[in-house]
Amino acid sequence: MLIQEQSREGRRASSQAPLQQVGQLSIPARFRRRSQPALPEVSEMQVVRHYTRLSQKNFSIDTHFYPLGSCTMKYNPRGCNTLAMLPGFLGRHPEAPENHSQGFLACMHDLQESLKEITGMRAVCLSPAAGSQGEFAGVAMIRAYHDARGDTARSEILVPDAAHGTNPASAVMCGYKVREIPTGPEGDIDVDALRQALGPQTAGIMLTNPSTLGVFDRCIGEIAGLVHEAGGLLYYDGANLNAILGKVRPGDMGFDVIHINLHKTFSTPHGGGGPGAGPVGVSARLEPYLPVPMVQKEGDSYRWLTEQDRPDSIGRLSAFAGNAGILLRAFVYARMLGRDGMARVAEYSTLNANYMLKKLQKAGFEAAYPNRRATHEFIITLRREARALGVNTMDYAKRLLDYGFHAPTTYFPLLVPECLLIEPTESEDKDTLDAFIEALITIEEEAESDPELVKGAPHTLPVKRLDDVRAARELDLAWKPGAE
Amino acid sequence: MLEVIGVSSIEQLFDEIPAELRFDGLKDAPDAMSEMEVAQLMQQRAQADGQPLCFIGAGAYDHHIPAAVWEIAGRGEFYTAYTPYQAEASQGTLQLLYEYQSMMTALTAMDVSNASLYDGASALAEAVLMAVRANRKSKSKRVLVPRSLHPAYRRVTHNIVRNQGIELVELPFDRNGGHTDPAALEQFVGEDIAALVIPQPNFFGVLEEVDALTDWAHANQAMAIAVVNPVALALLQPPGEWGSNGVDICCGEGQPLGAPLSSGGPYFGFLCCRQAHVRQMPGRIVGKTLDLDGKPGFTLTLQAREQHIRRSKATSNICTNQGLMVTAATIHMALLGGEGMERVAAGCSANIGLLTDMLTGISGVETLFERPVFHEQVVRMPLLVKDVLRTLSAHNIQGGYDLSTDYPELGGDAVLICATEKRTRVEMERFREKLERLVQMQGMKSCGAMPDA
Repeated sequence: MLIQEQSREGRRASSQAPLQQVGQLSIPARFRRRSQPALPEVSEMQVVRHYTRLSQKNFSIDTHFYPLGSCTMKYNPRGCNTLAMLPGFLGRHPEAPENHSQGFLACMHDLQESLKEITGMRAVCLSPAAGSQGEFAGVAMIRAYHDARGDTARSEILVPDAAHGTNPASAVMCGYKVREIPTGPEGDIDVDALRQALGPQTAGIMLTNPSTLGVFDRCIGEIAGLVHEAGGLLYYDGANLNAILGKVRPGDMGFDVIHINLHKTFSTPHGGGGPGAGPVGVSARLEPYLPVPMVQKEGDSYRWLTEQDRPDSIGRLSAFAGNAGILLRAFVYARMLGRDGMARVAEYSTLNANYMLKKLQKAGFEAAYPNRRATHEFIITLRREARALGVNTMDYAKRLLDYGFHAPTTYFPLLVPECLLIEPTESEDKDTLDAFIEALITIEEEAESDPELVKGAPHTLPVKRLDDVRAARELDLAWKPGAE
Repeated sequence: MLEVIGVSSIEQLFDEIPAELRFDGLKDAPDAMSEMEVAQLMQQRAQADGQPLCFIGAGAYDHHIPAAVWEIAGRGEFYTAYTPYQAEASQGTLQLLYEYQSMMTALTAMDVSNASLYDGASALAEAVLMAVRANRKSKSKRVLVPRSLHPAYRRVTHNIVRNQGIELVELPFDRNGGHTDPAALEQFVGEDIAALVIPQPNFFGVLEEVDALTDWAHANQAMAIAVVNPVALALLQPPGEWGSNGVDICCGEGQPLGAPLSSGGPYFGFLCCRQAHVRQMPGRIVGKTLDLDGKPGFTLTLQAREQHIRRSKATSNICTNQGLMVTAATIHMALLGGEGMERVAAGCSANIGLLTDMLTGISGVETLFERPVFHEQVVRMPLLVKDVLRTLSAHNIQGGYDLSTDYPELGGDAVLICATEKRTRVEMERFREKLERLVQMQGMKSCGAMPDA
């Protein structure tokens, strides 16, 4: 039942709003609304009970193993949340003067400096609000760089076919055409195809390394050389940074610009789909174009650099400084990990992924790239099962929910048929990984002996499989008063 | 585990990374801290910023947030879930988003709402892109944007849309009213305009002639885009009812609905529109549907608009929404209800009236614009605002937003002050008293040097 359907006229959570009646107002009647908005009229306890119950219908990291590939669903330490919610931070107005801001700005500056070292980039701006906004910022900087040199014929961004959908969408938002580059048989970029695609029209290439195929692109050195030779720049999508933290740095691989998903590698909460944070880092030649605001240390004090300080900046992308509270959480996480902890993140997430891959291969599952090491994630393809048993990847995914596991990423990347992209993260212990593997083996047996059971899954959740086609055809996007 | 994999060390798992690219470990990154140590550091830094008395608005507003909002939004099941791709395992988040969409359509009197965008400023940029796509009568990609709109919103929108050939044309504001005079639009009659942006209230807190502006847009084949404050909407006419037919798209900053000030984020942007434009809307949208047994349930819908399906042909590159902030906003609106929201809005309106009366009682302090306002007001000082604010801040009072950088035409003595329902008479009196003393001392010295007050 919706909260709206529990509404009873005149019921109120009376202590939640000011006690004063509305009374006389200085706002003339012609600007006023004629009737109160139809929001729920319920008690405080009804609200608390309703949303507590709704929360219980979710899978989450706190309650379930959540091996969603390319999303890095690692444990979110509670300390990060508690410390970002200290009253001094929560109550700080974004336009507070600098003498009321030194504590907050010190945290931002420290995080900015840490990210520079971790990624091997020359300068970092924290403000993009999410990975996709980081991508936009990155491509906009590539464009600003070419434009400033009068190199305006560059109209194309290259994107591998395995890339996240945000990559081509971000390139288009910056006014570029997108050309796809195919992947070779072992999961590396097809370098010959790249060579042919490069030219005076190339503005740059957007790459994820390790790629979304769960392998490290071994040709990255050569790719960087070729793209730079053609006058293009290299963009690093930091979605998979978790796999290489403290091991190898995008800056050393030859990238000119990167974004980092703090909600992945730096463990800020996913919150049911955001807020994230997507700081960007750049090499020296792109430094003038970084978005604002950025933090600068001058002597013992800190201040924001804004449009006035940075005239060549691509400007601001949100009204203030991005998702500041998320940046604070990432800062606390980075301080608790420390130097050595960062490398351990890459090590244990890679160990967990390779262990799962080997065990699943031994159980008869087909790896998409059997000759390659897994990074922090890997791909299983269920094409044999789909063909022979008529049970597809989505069926396996839904059945996993019945066994108490969130499903891995399904049907992405698009170039591997019937794929499951599995990312265990460093947070999970061996027992959990084994239990998940056991569940997949059991589902495989079920698919052989009782395929309908798997195809009808899930059976144990608040709803059975939902009709997505109906949802899109008979759009019902909001409850309206008097509609029941 | 290494044995199962068939390697002798974890290091061996990284052997596909070319050796020449490897680096010999982080050096400058700091040592690990225990939770206790980092807590001490953070407490010290948070305390350094104090808890000043805030009279700044300018796009972020200090409202009371009921205790239950973050008690519930902070539950691990909301806090640590992800985008509800597996609908059956995400009915909590999905139903909540549907309820949120329903609340936003009620508040704005629009047909549909998405599940949120990053913040109010980027929501406006998306609204402008959407209007240019949806307005098939217009070829120009020209959008009229009032100078009375939040300056950061104007900049962000420019930064996001400029690479797609969209031109933003600035409309001047009336120097007496602080609003966009509908007569200023006459020069554009007969021209091809894709959309008109209409803020309510505008950056100065001033109420715009929204009916006339909306009708002008429609009479000139332009889309009307409202930029509104959701708390103000509990009192003010909703955009869906502006003019004869209401606006086409409505967006704004969701922060006043349960998000703490928190240095500017995370907040969330909302975006609502007419049913006819729903397929041009960017961002996540949740729909109600049925399961195999015919039982109602909720799922992400219209995903064919989105980047993970459409890639380079998507309506936007946006991937996530601001889920957790929307969770808080939904609980916030449910706790307040229509009447509670109206009382909050009325409290804001009454308080800015009171604060304005108090401050303009000081000799030389006067309001700049004569039109009605919501919870902000531009005030002219007898001193340079820069100096006034610096002195007040030394007394732990944040006395408003200095307009001189964004609006040099107003000179150095115009300040935007704000009072939400949270500001008490005692707090306002403290502000008045300090300001009065400052003005008096300046009058006595009249030598240009700033007194310490």
